[in-house]
Amino acid sequence: MKRLLPALLFLGIFFFLPLARILTLGFDSGFILNPGGTFYPRLVSVLGFTFYQAFASTLFTLAFGLPLAFLFARYDFPLKPLLRTLTAIPFMLPTVVVAAGFNALLGPRGWLNLLLAEAGLPTIAFIGTFGAILTAHVFYNTTIVIRLVGDAWAALDSRLTDSAQALGANPWQTLWRVTLPLLRPSILAASLLVFLFDFTSYGVILLLGGVRYATLEVEIYIQTVSFLNLPAAAILSVVQLLCTLGLSILYSRYVTRVTAQIKPASQPAARRKPKTLSQKTLILVLSLLCFTFFAAPLASLPLRSVTRLESTPQRSPSPSFSNNDSQIIELSNSQSPITLDYYRELFINRRGSIFYVPPFQAALNSLAYAALTVVLALALGFPAATALVRSGRFARWIDPLIMLPLGASAVTLGLGFIVTFNQAIPLMNWLLNTENWTLLTSPYLIPLAHTTIALPFVIRNLQAALSTIPERTREAARVLGATPLQVWLNVDFPIVRRAALSAGALAFTVSLGEFGAASLLARPEYPTLPTAIYRFLSQPGAVNYGQAMAMATLLMFLTGLGIFAIERLRPQGSDL
Amino acid sequence: MKKLFFTLTALLFGLAACAPQPSEPSPLQHTNLQSSTLTVMTHDSFSISEEVIRAFEEANNATVTFLQSGDAGSALNKAILSKSAPLADLFYGVDNTFLSRALDADIFEAYQSPLLVEIPAEFQLDPQNRALPVDYGDVCINYDKAWFAENGLPVPQSLDDLTKPEYNSLLVVQNPATSSPGLAFLLATIDRYGEDGYIDYWAALKANGVVVVDGWSTAYYTNFSASSGQGPQPMVVSYASSPAAEVIYANEPLSDAPTASILDGCYRQVEFVGILKGTKNRALAEKFIDFMLSPQFQADMPLNMFVYPVNPAAELPAEFVQYAQTAPNPTRLDPADKREEWIQAWTDAVLR
Repeated sequence: MKRLLPALLFLGIFFFLPLARILTLGFDSGFILNPGGTFYPRLVSVLGFTFYQAFASTLFTLAFGLPLAFLFARYDFPLKPLLRTLTAIPFMLPTVVVAAGFNALLGPRGWLNLLLAEAGLPTIAFIGTFGAILTAHVFYNTTIVIRLVGDAWAALDSRLTDSAQALGANPWQTLWRVTLPLLRPSILAASLLVFLFDFTSYGVILLLGGVRYATLEVEIYIQTVSFLNLPAAAILSVVQLLCTLGLSILYSRYVTRVTAQIKPASQPAARRKPKTLSQKTLILVLSLLCFTFFAAPLASLPLRSVTRLESTPQRSPSPSFSNNDSQIIELSNSQSPITLDYYRELFINRRGSIFYVPPFQAALNSLAYAALTVVLALALGFPAATALVRSGRFARWIDPLIMLPLGASAVTLGLGFIVTFNQAIPLMNWLLNTENWTLLTSPYLIPLAHTTIALPFVIRNLQAALSTIPERTREAARVLGATPLQVWLNVDFPIVRRAALSAGALAFTVSLGEFGAASLLARPEYPTLPTAIYRFLSQPGAVNYGQAMAMATLLMFLTGLGIFAIERLRPQGSDL
Repeated sequence: MKKLFFTLTALLFGLAACAPQPSEPSPLQHTNLQSSTLTVMTHDSFSISEEVIRAFEEANNATVTFLQSGDAGSALNKAILSKSAPLADLFYGVDNTFLSRALDADIFEAYQSPLLVEIPAEFQLDPQNRALPVDYGDVCINYDKAWFAENGLPVPQSLDDLTKPEYNSLLVVQNPATSSPGLAFLLATIDRYGEDGYIDYWAALKANGVVVVDGWSTAYYTNFSASSGQGPQPMVVSYASSPAAEVIYANEPLSDAPTASILDGCYRQVEFVGILKGTKNRALAEKFIDFMLSPQFQADMPLNMFVYPVNPAAELPAEFVQYAQTAPNPTRLDPADKREEWIQAWTDAVLR
């Protein structure tokens, strides 16, 4: 189908091709048949654990996200946009930052344990437990559920639920027998996305789960980077891909059977301000829970960025290092514990390092990459989602393939890029009048890589929304005399616009989260905020740590602002 | 639908026009179109002063570009995989734990730099000079001075001491499969106790509550008590130069370093640079290597990367002399092709 072609071509070049190249490079029939004693048993146990943690994480994410989706879809209340933005922020933060936040809150010397110790209660262990993995996954992925299911919920026609209640159903029966079945496609889509995300999780497992837990992705990293054992890494990657494909096929088959097409709500179920006391209490409790869960781990970052954390007891200043030859950084002389020194320090390149990351430049670059990703992902994803919804036989075969980029190992894909795109391209050399242009060394590689990861999100999000538009409504409009354009404007567009903005916001967050680009080449002339944070956290010193916290806070606020701005683009009366 | 597609594509091209801005446009690129470009591939921890690089650029009428490629292992793998069409002219960042992998993959061209005569022989680990030494650093256990003083415990003096019960749960190490200092420490124990004895030593450490985490950042900033993370463990595997960094990057001037190193069981990591095979800028690459071995570049490294220069003629900053340490008797064991076997054995003994 013509509409699928751009997306397929894109994925073909930037996903399937590099993947095929690196897998064939690692193909070693000798190794496959005889890899040595513990390889296959270990593979099975690691695979088992990967499934188990992903499944448990997805369940908890749904349990947390569905009530919140309901909240956002049905009610208007103060600070709702802020709360919604807050739930999206974790998705954009590098794992090292989230881990630092959780550690500050729940670590062995975190606030909670300090409080417990003061109260004489036993301290809890959080970091390095299975619970930490689950919590972090919920923390990261709830926004997917809120977005996908919430959009669909808001688009439901209230007359269906009203009729059910008029016929005598109580609220629970209505929920169970009318609403949830109608939401099944979006719930399934969200579950699949969350599951795949957890399945290929790396940073959370490593940093918060600790060394005792290993998923497929962690094993792939170790085999590839530490051992350069490409045959082993290839087998693991193929297993990971096959699991993804299997899940994807299951999803495609099941979803087409359960999608109920309903009339698009001309007036979507009215979002209302809470009226009764029970409604208000519900909203208050849910919002407080939501706010605490998302804000508490994140709060430590801005707090630590303005606190002069002395790691050791105060020492008297030494006379011998206060002369001009000293390389020691002298921050302001004030003794107050609150300080903006770390922020000031961000803008100074004390060592004159050539790799200094200017914060605003890095922020602009991150945002520019994200903007490019959004446009590209929407331009490719929209036609593709439309084609998949009006599924012909061809589309049904293609549908599972769309999810594969999410299930591929970032490490493997990164190496695939290296072997595929390191050749200089003469056409580009001629166009740009350079000698040695390769895609790898171009900054445009980053948004291309981000788009590869963002596309599955965008397509699934749009599909879930588009699938609720019945063909008959379109046909009815045509029969009544509407031109194709009018059909599009009055039937498709209202639903699609909301979904497009939501999908765009999702692509934006995926790009800022730097997923999939972690193993590619970085040009210091085009720095991004996460790379700066990593730099600061790989050297000792209180000033380095403070700057990492300051940079992370900047990242949080800028990206939150970006999401907020995108969501504000929603037309009045149809925002979530 | 088509309209949306075209609008979005137009937007895409529009946005492409406001592309990511390079932060440091080199002045030389604008002024002299005849200048050539030298590309150096490094790992993410590489850092050097801008003025030092500019000095090279001006002296040689060239532009130097850097490609940062991940941690040391990842960067080397990328260089190996792109062997057929190298991404850069030079690769800096192979250390002695990965040297055999680099030399076996045959990615370097040999170069006998005239400055090699100034470098001590102990660093010249490749007799064919395909990989030339640039800097070194010692991976040692750092300890929190204040913690040990407050708790009245003597500081462990040797690797054996770490298995004593009074030091239970006080040490945090990194997984050698995912961390370079972690691997260095493992190699130090293998060198000390031999291939037959190191597993027993680690079993003893495990029984004594050693904490294992994934990497240096977690160990130092989450677990170590003397960093801003204020963690629970007062001993961490880090670099012997870390105490100097703690002084230089402290919030306010300190009279003494808050940490120091246990100088037994240290591992000397030497980092190398090599000209990548297939480079089209061989002459310029040779000049850059000479420049890297010259006192000007070598003296700039300590404060940027917290490593020691191999060239003894380079001057060290005062804080380095005062607070950074080098071990008197470090190990330099090269894992060669036993890396996987040793890490696997360690994993089975410690993590399972």
